[in-house]
Amino acid sequence: MGRELQFEIFRYNPQTPEVEPRMQTYTLEETPNMTLFIALNRIREEQDPSLIFDFCCRAGICGACAMVINGRPGLACQTKTKDQSGTITLHPLPVYKLIGDLSVDTGVWFREMYEKTESWIHTSKAFDPAKPEERMDNKTAEEIYELERCIECGCCVAACGTARLRDDFLGAVALNRIARFHVDPRDERSDAQFFELVGNDAGVFGCMGLLACEDVCPKNLPLQNQLGFLRRKMGITAIKQLFRR
Amino acid sequence: MQTFYSDLLVIGAGLAGERVAVEAAENGFNVICLSIVPARRSHSSAAQGGMQAALGNCAMGEGDNSDVHFGDTVKGSDWGCDQEVARLFADAAPIEMRRLAHWGVPWNRVVPGQSFYFKGGQKFEKYEKPEKEGLITARAFGGTAKWRTCYTSDGTGHAVMCTMDNRCAELGINVVDRKEAIALLHDGETCMGAVVRCLRTGKLETYLAKATAICTGGFGRIYKATTNAVICDGGGHIAALDTGLVPLGNPEAIQFHPTGIVPTDILVTEGCRGDGGTLLDVNEERFMHIYEPDKAELASRDVVSRWMTHHMREGKGVKSSYGEHLWLDIRHLGDHHISTKLREVDEICHHFLGVDPRTELIPVRPTQHYTMAGIRTNKDGAAYGLKGLFSAGEAACWDMHGFNRLGGNSLAETVVAGGIIGAKIVEFLMGYETRFKTEVITQQCKAQEQRIKDLISGKNGNENVYDVRNDMQEALMKGCFVFRNGPDLEETVQTLEKALERSARVGLHSDGAGANHELAAALKIRGQVKLALCIATAALTRTESRGSHNREDFPERNDRDWLTRTLAYWPDDNASKPDLKYEDSSQIFEIPPGDRGYGGGSIIPADEEMVAERTVKKQ
Ligand SMILES: Cc1cc2nc3c(=O)[nH]c(=O)nc-3n(C[C@H](O)[C@H](O)[C@H](O)COP(=O)(O)OP(=O)(O)OC[C@H]3O[C@@H](n4cnc5c(N)ncnc54)[C@H](O)[C@@H]3O)c2cc1C
Ligand code: SF4
Ligand code: SF4
Ligand code: FES
Repeated sequence: MGRELQFEIFRYNPQTPEVEPRMQTYTLEETPNMTLFIALNRIREEQDPSLIFDFCCRAGICGACAMVINGRPGLACQTKTKDQSGTITLHPLPVYKLIGDLSVDTGVWFREMYEKTESWIHTSKAFDPAKPEERMDNKTAEEIYELERCIECGCCVAACGTARLRDDFLGAVALNRIARFHVDPRDERSDAQFFELVGNDAGVFGCMGLLACEDVCPKNLPLQNQLGFLRRKMGITAIKQLFRR
Repeated sequence: MQTFYSDLLVIGAGLAGERVAVEAAENGFNVICLSIVPARRSHSSAAQGGMQAALGNCAMGEGDNSDVHFGDTVKGSDWGCDQEVARLFADAAPIEMRRLAHWGVPWNRVVPGQSFYFKGGQKFEKYEKPEKEGLITARAFGGTAKWRTCYTSDGTGHAVMCTMDNRCAELGINVVDRKEAIALLHDGETCMGAVVRCLRTGKLETYLAKATAICTGGFGRIYKATTNAVICDGGGHIAALDTGLVPLGNPEAIQFHPTGIVPTDILVTEGCRGDGGTLLDVNEERFMHIYEPDKAELASRDVVSRWMTHHMREGKGVKSSYGEHLWLDIRHLGDHHISTKLREVDEICHHFLGVDPRTELIPVRPTQHYTMAGIRTNKDGAAYGLKGLFSAGEAACWDMHGFNRLGGNSLAETVVAGGIIGAKIVEFLMGYETRFKTEVITQQCKAQEQRIKDLISGKNGNENVYDVRNDMQEALMKGCFVFRNGPDLEETVQTLEKALERSARVGLHSDGAGANHELAAALKIRGQVKLALCIATAALTRTESRGSHNREDFPERNDRDWLTRTLAYWPDDNASKPDLKYEDSSQIFEIPPGDRGYGGGSIIPADEEMVAERTVKKQ
C-alpha cells in the first residue's frame, strides 16, 4: 500500500463563469515512481473528467506542463510525488491568460515575444543551394545551442516579480532570446538595433535582478549571466546614443 | 461558426508542417498552420539523435554520397519502400541541411585534428582534416554505412524546430495553436479544408482552403506503451480515413524500440547498449546472449524487442504496478561515462524514476516508437482519393521507410519532404481556382456539431471513453506488437470490433465545456479504433515477415507474394473492418530485392522477370 495522497487543485473554467474559482480536493493512492503526470491523468480518467491541464511530451522536453506546484513554478511531468509531502497543492502559472483549471495560454504570450524580439536571423545573404554551407566555429555553435535550450515553459516569467507587475515586461526568457541572436555571427543586427528592442523598462531595465527566474528554470539556463551581460551592454549602448544626440 | 480562408491550410505545425508552410509562404501564398499545442512543443522537438544527410564532411563520413544514403534507406526498409521516393529524399537531404544552417540551426561543426571514439566497447582514433574545419559534422547511427547523422549536441529536434518556427514568424505565417482538426471538408472529389475545434473555448470553426496538408505526425498513442507525446493520437489520419476515399498505407508497419522506461515509456537511447549496457531479467541475469550469441544486446531494434518480449512471456519479467518489465544495467559503465556520455539518460533516470543509474537498475520494456504507416500519397505528396489534399512527415506514407525506418531518417524526412511537397503544393496552387460548396460545408459542420451534442447529452449511451481506449490499447499490445501470429491477431480483431461497437455508445461524464479533454478524447475514439483495426486486419492478412512486421507463423520475407504496399480504406462509418487493397511497393528498382545484410531470416524470391523488367540500368 502506498501513501494516500491529497491533491488540492485550483478549479475555474472561464467558459462557465457562473461557477466561481475554488480549490478542490482529490485523493489518490501513491504508486512507485509516480509523477504528477501519472497522478493527474489518473484523477481525470478515474474521478473527474472535467479537470483541465496540459501535458505533451511528458518527458521534460516540451514545456507544456508548467504549473505552480506547492507554491513554486515547475514542470509537472518531472515532479515525482515521492519528493512531495502528502498534500500537493496545484495552481496555474500566473501572468498568462487562464484557459481552465491548471492550463494557461503560453502560446500567445510567446508568439508576441518572438515578434517583439524579432526572433529570427537577420541577414542580407541569400541561400544558394549549389554552394557548401558557410563555416562556423564549433565552439560558437555550442554556445548558441546552450542559449537555445529554452523550452518556453514560462516558469521564469511566472516567478518574476516585474512580470507580475508590468504586463509589457518581456522577462528573462526574451532577454535570453536576444542573447542567442547576439552571439550568432549569422545575425547582422548591431548593438543599437538590439537596444531598440530591449533597451527600456519592458526589457533589460525593468529587471530587478532578484534572479527568481534562474532559480526555477528547469533547463538551468544561465539567465543571470545573460541579464548581467545585456544590461552592461545595453547600458553602454544607451550612453553612446545619448552622446550621439 | 467562424470561418477562416487561406490558400493553404496546414494541419500540424511540427517540422514537416512548418516546412511545407514556409515553402508556400515564400512563394507568395497565404498559409494558416494549425496545431494542438504551441508549434515548438510538437513532437519533432523531442528528437535528440539527429538527422541523416550525406554531406561527407567528417572523417568517418568521408566518401559518403546520396547513393550510399539511398542504399542504406532501401535496405533499412526491407525493400518495402518506393525507390523513386527514397532517391528524391537522399538527393535533397544535404541541400536541406545547409538551408537549415542558413536559417539559423547551430549544427555541430568539424573540429580538426585527432580525437577518439568508442565502438563495441573499444577505443578507436580518428583524424579530422583541417580543410573541413567548420563544416557541418555528423555522428554514427544504426543501419548506416557512414557517419551521416547531423546533430546539435543532444537536442537536434529542438534546435531545428526553434529555427523553423522562427522562420515562420519571420514570414508572418499564421501559426495558430490550441486548434484541433476533427474532420475534413470535401464533396467526394475535392478537399476544401477542415472543421476545427478550438481548444481554448471548445467552439467549432471552419477553415476553408484551396489546398490542405495533413502533417499531424505519428499515432503512437493508440498503443498503451509508446515513446510518443500525448498529442500523437491520429487526429489527422482519422479525418482522412473518415472520408472513405483516402487510404492508409501499410498500417501494419509500426516500429518498436527496446528501451522505453517503465512506467512512462520515455525513451532511453540505444547508446546505453551501444556503450556496453546489458539487459537483465527478474533474476538479474543476462539473457540476450542465449538468443543471439553473436550480437546479444546489440542486435537490431526489432530483434532485441522480439527477444525481450519472448523472455517476459517465459515468465522472466519483473512484475510491477505498471505491468511487466525487464532491467537495463549500465552500472558497470561507471560514474565518469554516465555523467558525460549518457548525460541525458542520467537526467531521465533522475527526474522520472528517482533512480541513480550508477548504483541502480533501470526498468525498461519494448515500446511503440514510430509509425511507418500513414496517409498514402504519391511521390508529390498528394493524397490518394481527394484533389487538393496533401500529407507530409510522419503522418504520411510517402513511402521512403517501407517496413522499417532508420534512425535519423525521419527527422530528415520532415524537412526534406516538407520542402519537396511544399514545392509541389505551390505548383498546384499556381493559377488554381476552386469553389467552396457552401451546402456541403454547412452540412458537414452541422454533422460535427451534432456529434458533440450527442456526446454531451449521452444520447448514444454512457460508455466511458477512457475504458474503450484502454481496451483498444491493450488489444494492440497483445496482438499487434513486436510479435504477431494468426490466432492472436484474430482475437485482436474480434476485441477491436467489440471496442468499435462500444465506441458508438460513448457519452460524456463531464459537461464538455471549454477546453474539456474528455470531449476531445470522445471525438476521436471511434476513429482510433478504426486505425487499430486497420493495423490488425492488415497484419493478419500479410502472411510474411518484413522489417518490423514479424509473423511467428510466417518467418520468411516473401517477395514472391508480398512485395506490396497495403492500402486500407474505411468505406463507410457502419463498416466493421477496412477494405484492404494492394499496390506494388516500387515501380522501379535501382537496387533489386536482396539481403539487408543484417537481421538474418530467409527470403522467398520475387519473380525474376518482373525484377529484371523494373530494374533501372545505370549508365
Ligand atoms: C522520443 C523520440 C525520439 C526521436 N528521435 C529521433 C531522432 O533522433 N532522429 C530522427 O530522425 N527521428 C527521431 N524521432 C522521430 C521524429 O522525431 C518524428 O518522426 C518527427 O519529428 C515527426 O515530425 P512531424 O512534423 O511529422 O510531426 P510532429 O512533430 O509530431 O508534429 C505534429 C503536429 O501536428 C499537430 N497535430 C496533431 N494532430 C492534430 C490535429 N488533429 N489538428 C491539428 N493539429 C494536429 C501537433 O500539434 C503537431 O504540431 C524520434 C521520435 C521520438 C518519439
Ligand atoms: S532577475 Fe529580473 S527577469 Fe529574473 S525574476 Fe528577477 S526581475 Fe524577473
Ligand atoms: S528560460 Fe527556462 S524557465 Fe524560462 S521559459 Fe525557458 S526553459 Fe522555461
Ligand atoms: S509535458 Fe513536456 S515538459 Fe512536461
